[in-house]
Amino acid sequence: MEKIIFYILALVIIIFAIASVSSKKMLRSVIYLLFVLIGISGIYFLIDYNFLAAIQLTVYAGGVIVLLIFSVMLVHHIEMELELAKVSRRILVGLVSITGLGVFLTTIYSHEFAVVENTITTTTEDIGFGLLSYDVGGFILPFELISVLLLAAMIGAIIIAKGTKLTNKKNDTV
Amino acid sequence: MIAGISIYEVLTVTSILFFIGVYGFITRKNLISILMSIELILNASVINFVIINKYLYPDVLQGVFFSIFIIAVAAAETALAIAIIINLYRQIASVEVKDTEIMKY
Repeated sequence: MEKIIFYILALVIIIFAIASVSSKKMLRSVIYLLFVLIGISGIYFLIDYNFLAAIQLTVYAGGVIVLLIFSVMLVHHIEMELELAKVSRRILVGLVSITGLGVFLTTIYSHEFAVVENTITTTTEDIGFGLLSYDVGGFILPFELISVLLLAAMIGAIIIAKGTKLTNKKNDTV
Repeated sequence: MIAGISIYEVLTVTSILFFIGVYGFITRKNLISILMSIELILNASVINFVIINKYLYPDVLQGVFFSIFIIAVAAAETALAIAIIINLYRQIASVEVKDTEIMKY
């Protein structure tokens, strides 16, 4: 049963990822990306990391996608079609990507992984204690750093997005 | 771990996802599309962290912590990049890569 669900999720992820990078319509491409992200959160549910799946759904499917849709709406006309790269270039990049994929897959399949059979369930409590522990292997410092980074990014985003128009500035100086 | 699924199959899926992201990153000519390709690449790496943690070292949680940090950094990066794109659109009325030649105003 889990096997079938995994294969369906993998198929959904790959098909929608290809659709997302090759679609000509901007908004559709964002929606395809949304399906990819939801499929990835399904994988997290399958391997029993419920907290991470919830984070994936709220941050990516809830936050990043809405941000992208907003920016697409602000910047594009709905019917506007994207210009695609030249056919020769697309074929070349596709071949390079497939070559890289081949290298990756031969490396992965020639390596023996020491897989540990387990059915351990990770609770949110464990993750919280690990993130906030002061002991050796605790993650309190990166956790605090990431909160400062998020604050700095938020303030920076507001200041950058508020910037003045170039044309006005030119008129002022001339 | 997922019953009946080996680590090889999951790593195959994430490798394919990663290279789809690379393909999009190189062929797209629009800043927002390039940003979306970066999201694909980052997501593939996050799945790798989580899967390797679950399959090879199930008694520790380091992979989960790192994936949480990657997600936080990716969210910050997306917010900043979109702010820059919108500011750029106000100045040059375009989000195509070929029109983007100014660094500051």
